[in-house]
Amino acid sequence: MVKEITVLSGKGGTGKTSVTASLAVLAQKAVLTDCDVDAPDLHLLLKPEVLEKQEFKASRVAVMDKELCVQCGKCEEHCRFGAIENLIIDPVLCEGCGVCVYICPVAAIELEKRVSGYAFISKTKYGPMSHALLNPGEENSGKLVSLVRKNAKKVAEKENCTLIINDGPPGIGCPVIASVGGADVGLIVVEPTLSGIHDMERALGLLNHFKIPSLVCVNKYDLNEDNTAQIAEFCRSNDVKIVGKIPFDSVVTEAMVAGKPIVEYSPESMVSKAIEELWKHTLENL
Amino acid sequence: MIITIASGKGGTGKTTVAVNMALSMENVQLLDCDVEEPNSHILLQPKITETELVCTKVPLISEELCNYCGKCSKFCAYNALFVAPKTVMVFPELCHSCGGCALVCPKKAITEGERRIGVIKKGEAEGVEIVYGELNVGEAMAVPLIRAVKSQMKKDKNVIIDAPPGTACSLVASVHKTDYCILVTEPTPFGLHDLKITVQVLKDLGVPMGVVINRAGLGDRKVYEYCKKEGIPILMEIPFSKKIAELYSRGVPFVAEMPEWKEKFLEVRDKIKRGEADG
Repeated sequence: MVKEITVLSGKGGTGKTSVTASLAVLAQKAVLTDCDVDAPDLHLLLKPEVLEKQEFKASRVAVMDKELCVQCGKCEEHCRFGAIENLIIDPVLCEGCGVCVYICPVAAIELEKRVSGYAFISKTKYGPMSHALLNPGEENSGKLVSLVRKNAKKVAEKENCTLIINDGPPGIGCPVIASVGGADVGLIVVEPTLSGIHDMERALGLLNHFKIPSLVCVNKYDLNEDNTAQIAEFCRSNDVKIVGKIPFDSVVTEAMVAGKPIVEYSPESMVSKAIEELWKHTLENL
Repeated sequence: MIITIASGKGGTGKTTVAVNMALSMENVQLLDCDVEEPNSHILLQPKITETELVCTKVPLISEELCNYCGKCSKFCAYNALFVAPKTVMVFPELCHSCGGCALVCPKKAITEGERRIGVIKKGEAEGVEIVYGELNVGEAMAVPLIRAVKSQMKKDKNVIIDAPPGTACSLVASVHKTDYCILVTEPTPFGLHDLKITVQVLKDLGVPMGVVINRAGLGDRKVYEYCKKEGIPILMEIPFSKKIAELYSRGVPFVAEMPEWKEKFLEVRDKIKRGEADG
């Protein structure tokens, strides 16, 4: 059975990707995915070589033929997305519902398929990677995340990998739900700030809602030890295990600038040792 | 004037810039459009004066009138309706509230009901009016709630919008019809990579932009080189400082303890107003 870990955080910038990249090194031959399809960064550390590129066509967009238009304004009146203004369709706001096509009395509007992004299957020196890039400003990020995870499962079977590690997006909405649904465990990376704690609580709520077991890792725990204690207390009273505590160290940024996972860039650093502990405890709880 | 604070990458300091800028200005309304993980109120600690439920429209099927012709499910672009020989199933979480199913139903069997997706809260602190949204946990669709937050906008105020991370539809909904966008980034490869994607979104939308570099001193110089090459002005640098990070961790806006920064935020505002900051 292939097991799946999704790394998430609620709040952005807590260190999901830096942690995931290091777990990729430690796991040795897991399939890695980047489920943050609209602002992906994992490839900057894992340096994938793309083997396969797929077009992602999930949505359609309304296109108007000006020559046929009789300027009745019905399309504008019925569009719920405010995507038609002065009889011009804004493709960025259009959600491809087709109401304007239906309502147009002279068939001046059509729906066209649009390419919303690309999915990639790649190889890295740490294992296979499934990732994607949503076109700027697009919707349907959740569907693209689902495609990334589907591709990862296929690759895992083909390559006999028993583990998939997903680098999730920030937030708790559509793409995050698509990243955690059906995973074996959600690993929340939290920073000890009031915002970080607030967002962790909502991310834990999301995992509970979908009945996914959760683990917590406190990143930069020494930035505010009172808040770290508060996180520990919250986790204890909610029966959530803390599987790692990583200290703050600017070596993490240095590794990022060098384009390498921290456990590879500076294996003897305190941060790397802490991530090794984190990995050990995560595996124990999988 | 409506200014949106955005970033692409999460955790670069959008909320820090939005709240500190709001506290530096007069007659401000702050709209927190990061409805998945709103944080502005944690820094502002407003007194909440009003809470409103936000609902989206979803189809209600009258089984009495329905003849199971299947036109609604055929029309629905989001697979939110499924018609079987003797029943219609509605999947409200997939519905985009376009109203198409009710339009195409030949039997007028579809009306629209409401589904709760979250709340908006309104309050005030330190002379700043704040409106923020809280998406229900487990709810996928953030955009209708972002629109609800923005519908509270007061035209006679200086409006600051705190946008969500990412470069997809939530960002577009937040930044739509704003006069200017401040992009907050950090001088690291992740910051730069996500900045580039966000710049593309703003170019597509035709919104003028400038960059605030947060945690300046960390990382490398590539963000500076990129901004120079693209002609995007750097409006301000906030240094990487333990003091600022520590204040943030306790939920304290740094202008409260370092009031000299208010002037710098006002200079940024003035530059934007005079049109000297358009990239």
